Amino acid sequence: MGLQRKDLLGLEHLTRAEIELILETARPMLAVLGRPVKKYPTLRGRIMVNLFYESSTRTRTSFELAAKALSADVVNIAVATSAVVKGESLVDTARTLEALGADWIVLRHSSSGAPHLLARQVRAGVINAGDGLHEHPTQGLLDLFTLLRRKGRIEGLRVGIVGDVLHSRVARSDIWGLTRLGAQVVLIGPPTLVPPGIEKLFPGVEVSYNLREVLPSLDAVQVLRLQLERQKRGLFPSVEEYSRFYRLDSERLRDWRAKPDLVVMHPGPANLGVEISEELANSPQSAIREQVQNGVAVRMAVLYLLAGGRTEE
Amino acid sequence: MAERSVQAKGDTIRAVQGAADATRGWLLKGGRVVDPANNVDGKADVLILNGKVVEVGPDLPRPAGMGEVRELDCDGLVVLPGLVDMHVHLREPGQERKETIASGARAALAGGFTSIACMPNTDPPLDTAAAITYVREKATAARAARVYPIGAITKGRRGEELAPIGEMVEAGAVAVSDDGLPVANASLLRHALEYSRRWGIPVIEHCDDPTLAPDGVMNEGPVSLRLGLRGMPAEGEVSWVFRDCLLARLAGGRLHIAHLSAAGSVEVVRWAKSQGIAVTAEVTPHHLLLTDELVASSGYDTSTKVNPPLRSEADRQAVLTALQEGVIDCIASDHAPHMEEEKNREYDLAPFGMVGLETTLALVMTRLIDEGYLSWSAAVERLAVAPARILRLPGGAGTLSPGAMADVVVVDPRAEWVVDPARFYSRGRNTPFAGWKLRGQVVYGFVGGELRFDRTVGGFLD
Repeated sequence: MGLQRKDLLGLEHLTRAEIELILETARPMLAVLGRPVKKYPTLRGRIMVNLFYESSTRTRTSFELAAKALSADVVNIAVATSAVVKGESLVDTARTLEALGADWIVLRHSSSGAPHLLARQVRAGVINAGDGLHEHPTQGLLDLFTLLRRKGRIEGLRVGIVGDVLHSRVARSDIWGLTRLGAQVVLIGPPTLVPPGIEKLFPGVEVSYNLREVLPSLDAVQVLRLQLERQKRGLFPSVEEYSRFYRLDSERLRDWRAKPDLVVMHPGPANLGVEISEELANSPQSAIREQVQNGVAVRMAVLYLLAGGRTEE
Repeated sequence: MAERSVQAKGDTIRAVQGAADATRGWLLKGGRVVDPANNVDGKADVLILNGKVVEVGPDLPRPAGMGEVRELDCDGLVVLPGLVDMHVHLREPGQERKETIASGARAALAGGFTSIACMPNTDPPLDTAAAITYVREKATAARAARVYPIGAITKGRRGEELAPIGEMVEAGAVAVSDDGLPVANASLLRHALEYSRRWGIPVIEHCDDPTLAPDGVMNEGPVSLRLGLRGMPAEGEVSWVFRDCLLARLAGGRLHIAHLSAAGSVEVVRWAKSQGIAVTAEVTPHHLLLTDELVASSGYDTSTKVNPPLRSEADRQAVLTALQEGVIDCIASDHAPHMEEEKNREYDLAPFGMVGLETTLALVMTRLIDEGYLSWSAAVERLAVAPARILRLPGGAGTLSPGAMADVVVVDPRAEWVVDPARFYSRGRNTPFAGWKLRGQVVYGFVGGELRFDRTVGGFLD
């Protein structure tokens, strides 16, 4: 059994059953990664291309390791943003990769919707590795997988997403994934970064501008990276002020009466000391390292299922 | 302008009769004639002689001794004054791969527009009398629709100093606009409105506050939030429309709001008109028929990217109601051709704009007339009479008044066709209406009494 689709563009259009299938498939994949020989022959002879228009060591490496663990061949292409400005066409580049034999193109791009453009125009499968402010579906899936392993369930959990929700593709994928699996989501941050009306857009989502107030009710929290340059655009007065109201550290979790088994996640890379303290990031409450490990397993599951869920004959 | 108004009826007919034997003309028999300027909507014949409309009436006899008057059977067809599109981008000079004056003028006539006004955001911009003359000469040579240039408000469209408005009007400009850019400097726009009074032309503004959404690519709202595309709030347009209406009240002059798209702007224009401020407004077919949901449902298709952006359903309903009520005066296409290579890319990197010359009439017929939102008379009012009046076009443009220049289009209201951009006369293919099944097609297009477009013989007659 596989996913009956060519591409993975976002979690918005995945059904609950499809998401659950991916999460189930990720479990044996994780087990393989724990063995001395971390390889399945499943995708032998298939080619996955990492086409990255933004630099990202962790996502690119994670996809690369996932493909290699399934014995696929991997090509990495990093395109400087300057090439985009020079007018090199994304569609043309992708068609070239397809002509070279790519079965999947994993695309990271600063423009929302760029993978949708490709998916319509190439026969190769397109996997969205983060598009602009839109979605980062494999991150959303690995966050779900991480929570599931920590908590044993998603349904009924109350999960906070703290920070720059407005500009976060991780937040959008998390929201779709969490709500589809029956979690309650609370978006937390200053009103400039948690836009008014967003709760009407996503069913089952609440908004709070006050972390202190809402923290005790949460079972898990995803802390978003703060883009420091947003300050210059008038979205918040200073990093110091932001930290004062929205930073998470162990002392604050205690003082503000967070649940003792609160799971703390961060999609990385973190501005340690700004949105999360280094000691909390490295504490037992933090699932940040597991997120990284789970990311490879979830991406293996996605590749395997897009390939039809069959092993090579 | 040499000729600003329709000649008196009697003069023309006498002149025509005096030159009887040398006459060339047309007798359009038995069509449904819709001429709201003269309160005509019914089966009638139209007699054209020497480039002018002579008479509209039932069962007109073929004039005796006029062998060169050809009869055209228009039974089952609709006969209209040539339509007027007051907002078109022709891209020449400077961007001829997108569109030329000739290709745009042909697209216009094939779409039922015998007169179009072209915006000055060319390269270089139309900001001198010489540039205006250049456009007019190119247009005359094209032998398709008439093209009336719009001059820039400010030199180089830089928003700093007034362009030579008087010289441009003398050379044939019918309005001024920095379209694509609002005039940010309030005192400069005030002066443009004041100065334009001497020349009797409207000042056309593209209303949007450029500081509110400096890098927006679609309407701001739930859809932009979901898609992760940077938004352009309707408030940026509304506040600018309000500012401009107040400046028009202060300065006098005639203000025309280009491509009004937001419900709030409708309320501002309604208020301004009630205050006696001389403001008019246009709306595009895409803002009448589409919403920002299309950006999502099309999967970020860049043919939906346009400025002002496709708005919400509430905005769409508000502009449609305003058009019905006359708060919005006219329909204009904002025809903005781009190359496929430019449009086939990431949403936030693709240029804004859609073509519209060859779909506007059929969209109005299929979606507004056939569905009961506008009568034929009301539609022709908004597609011909009103824009001709706003631009004060010469020669009775937009009417079939006796003595008016014979710009006439004949439309088959039952012809069904599917929008196929590859078949456009325009060089632009960028339309969100591709694949739409529409009803209504131009069969004949006359400009100055000359049959220039005849679909029954394959199109343009050269």
